[in-house]
Amino acid sequence: MNSIVERRMIVPNMHLLTIEAPDIASKVKPGQFVIVRANDEGERIPLSVADWDEERGTITIVFMEVGASTGALACLDEKDTVSTCVGPLGNETEIGNFGTVVCVGGCYGIASLYPVARALKEAGNKVIMVFEARSSYLIYWVDRYIKLVDRVFNITRDGSLGYKGHITCLPDVIHGLQNPPDRVIVNGCTFLMARASEMTRGLGILTVVNLNPIMIDGTGMCGVCRVTVKGKMKFACVDGPEFSGHEVDWKEFLARRKAYLEEEALFFRRSEPKQAVHKEVKCQYES
Amino acid sequence: MNPEKTEKMSKIDLNRNDMPKQSPEIRRHNFNEVALGYTEELAIKEAKRCLQCKKPKCKTGCPVEIDIPDFISCIVKGDFSAGIKKLKEKNCLPAVCGRVCPQESQCESQCILANKKGEIAIGRLERFLADWEAKQGSVDMPSKAKPTGKKVAVIGSGPAGITVAGDLILLGHEVTIFEALHKAGGVLTYGIPEFRLPKAIVAREVDYVQRLGVKVVTDYVVGKTRSIDELLKEFDAVFVGTGAGLPWFMDIPGENLNGVYSANEYLTRMNLMKGYQFPKSSTPVKRHVRVAVVGGGNVAMDSARTALRMGADEVRIIYRRSHAELPARLEESENAEEEGVIFNMLTLPVRYIGDENGWLTEIECIKMELGEPDASGRRRPIEIPNSNFRIQMDAVVCAIGNSPNPLVPSTTPGLQTTRRGTLVADQETGKTTKERVWAGGDIVTGAATVILAMGAGRKAARSIHKYLEKGKW
Ligand SMILES: Cc1cc2nc3c(=O)[nH]c(=O)nc-3n(C[C@H](O)[C@H](O)[C@H](O)COP(=O)(O)OP(=O)(O)OC[C@H]3O[C@@H](n4cnc5c(N)ncnc54)[C@H](O)[C@@H]3O)c2cc1C
Repeated sequence: MNSIVERRMIVPNMHLLTIEAPDIASKVKPGQFVIVRANDEGERIPLSVADWDEERGTITIVFMEVGASTGALACLDEKDTVSTCVGPLGNETEIGNFGTVVCVGGCYGIASLYPVARALKEAGNKVIMVFEARSSYLIYWVDRYIKLVDRVFNITRDGSLGYKGHITCLPDVIHGLQNPPDRVIVNGCTFLMARASEMTRGLGILTVVNLNPIMIDGTGMCGVCRVTVKGKMKFACVDGPEFSGHEVDWKEFLARRKAYLEEEALFFRRSEPKQAVHKEVKCQYES
Repeated sequence: MNPEKTEKMSKIDLNRNDMPKQSPEIRRHNFNEVALGYTEELAIKEAKRCLQCKKPKCKTGCPVEIDIPDFISCIVKGDFSAGIKKLKEKNCLPAVCGRVCPQESQCESQCILANKKGEIAIGRLERFLADWEAKQGSVDMPSKAKPTGKKVAVIGSGPAGITVAGDLILLGHEVTIFEALHKAGGVLTYGIPEFRLPKAIVAREVDYVQRLGVKVVTDYVVGKTRSIDELLKEFDAVFVGTGAGLPWFMDIPGENLNGVYSANEYLTRMNLMKGYQFPKSSTPVKRHVRVAVVGGGNVAMDSARTALRMGADEVRIIYRRSHAELPARLEESENAEEEGVIFNMLTLPVRYIGDENGWLTEIECIKMELGEPDASGRRRPIEIPNSNFRIQMDAVVCAIGNSPNPLVPSTTPGLQTTRRGTLVADQETGKTTKERVWAGGDIVTGAATVILAMGAGRKAARSIHKYLEKGKW
């Protein structure tokens, strides 16, 4: 149990782990997450499940190395085990035949959207995938998506692929479609989800985001993942993680996400380098 | 009074014996256990004060009716081994209960000496025997009944779950505990701090049931990883002991500011995730200078005293009633006061105020006064109009209570809940409204006590055993 059967860096600083977790693999649904502890001293961190194989009894997670805990995870190798891998947690993504759905993925969200896009296709939707990254070399799983979805767009900050610019290009993508989409689903860093929601608000398109707050237990016990949605306090772990991006109080959510930035830095200064080289590479929007 | 007793009394010091403790100045800077426990001499001295009443009222004050005078008389004789046996007939977690039971409102409140020289320190004697046994190195392993081939799933590894598991394994059943967190023990592990209940003691109890043959599966969330209905396909009976782990907030402005914690989060960071060792442990914690804790129970005292130990300069308890109504164990509120926690009684926070970055800076409170008694029998606190005032604080811990986590009830058809979200279960047997499913502890009573959870576990184990033998629900 919990042993790593595959480990790869798929693009710079973005890691993929496939973990033996048969109980989770037989239960997990798109949009759900697991809580992982890299080692016995490790912090409990939530990570979306990016894929699974019920027969092999494995699940796959994809994460960016941004701090102490993701750093420790990135240091693990095949045959190592993670101390904790618990789930599947949270509610599954609402799947139905909505018509046309635009999926926007950035950072780890490209991976976590994959099972969502797959389920949407199976439900009969037209699915359009928008990759969003700083540069073309940070985009991954294109081949998988091309086989799955109806159309693919790219937005890169440096213009090395597709639209040049920020997620603010999203309306351009949407206006270029034959018919306006019935729903937009965004997975990725907080800024991406917040900005994309801003963009679609004016267009009046329902926009679903998969929130990624700090969590400890992931079952509703600690309450650290609370978020204000439509003026009400919600726990992302049990009430979410998916909410309407137009109803989330993003300012508050961002502040809560950043609560431990200083302490994370402290950890970096004090910790000895392990086998992997730690680089403080940040998601393009995260400051 | 019989002459023999009078003579005995005249020979001994009648005053209740204090238990040695770390001094407040020292202990407020460390996480080591505060109370150090009786020595053998002190224990015997205290035990000798017991009048061995013919109709012992202390026993009726104990929720699980421990034969208190009996175990005390064993201590008097110096036969500690017989004493611990006697104790364990009714309580399988004496090292825990001796430390955390609210004795002053249970057994000790009934003691005939209560209004005289001070009630017998029953809790301290209980703790003494349990610690004595642990020091002997080898705990006697009881013999197990022949395997019955029946399988029981226990959900939650708090005192209720551990008790059920320990009892049923001895009766020959196969028992598996499923625990959501990565460490077993329930609130005893993630909630109650090291300085009040050393984690080594909890680990010892968990280890004990494991050595008896109980399988403990951690990182397993029933309702998510598997549903109860799925477990019922593999197990003959299921016990739900998932506790009351859902934190309440007050529904006032500013509660989502950074620096506002639920007590569950605050204590879990410190205890389960060993935040007090940060950055050696990797779960980050903040160093707060001024911390307010809202509430007056054990959870509030634990949070306040943890904040002190984390280096806060100023720690306040904000409680809406008065000192007399504090629901915490007396010993803990006294300890907190000795350590320098400031008590702001008859005060209620109405708003949290933050800076532009979303961090708490101030709490706005209102003064209260006590009115007529409410349903709980305590005098109802009433706001005094226009008495609002502000205190500068950089953290507040909300310790106003918990309700049961709906995860199991909401994923189990046929399991009835009350309006408060607790499970409906028979008081005597723990049977729920769903066949082959029992429940006990905080999930049934709402947030209560360790001893009640243990007692409920005992009763349920008996009923489960009866069912497994007879096959009749
Ligand atoms: C900080 C604090 C201090 C306290 N101090 C005292 C005190 O001094 N004296 C006293 O008598 N009482 C005290 N209490 C109360 C006491 O701890 C509880 O009443 C008691 O622990 C309840 O036991 P339980 O077995 O019902 O549940 P818990 O101890 O709450 O254990 C429940 C367990 O079930 C697990 N669980 C929950 N849901 C699931 C699921 N879906 N699947 C698998 N596992 C699950 C939880 O993770 C937990 O480990 C205190 C409580 C707190 C929080």
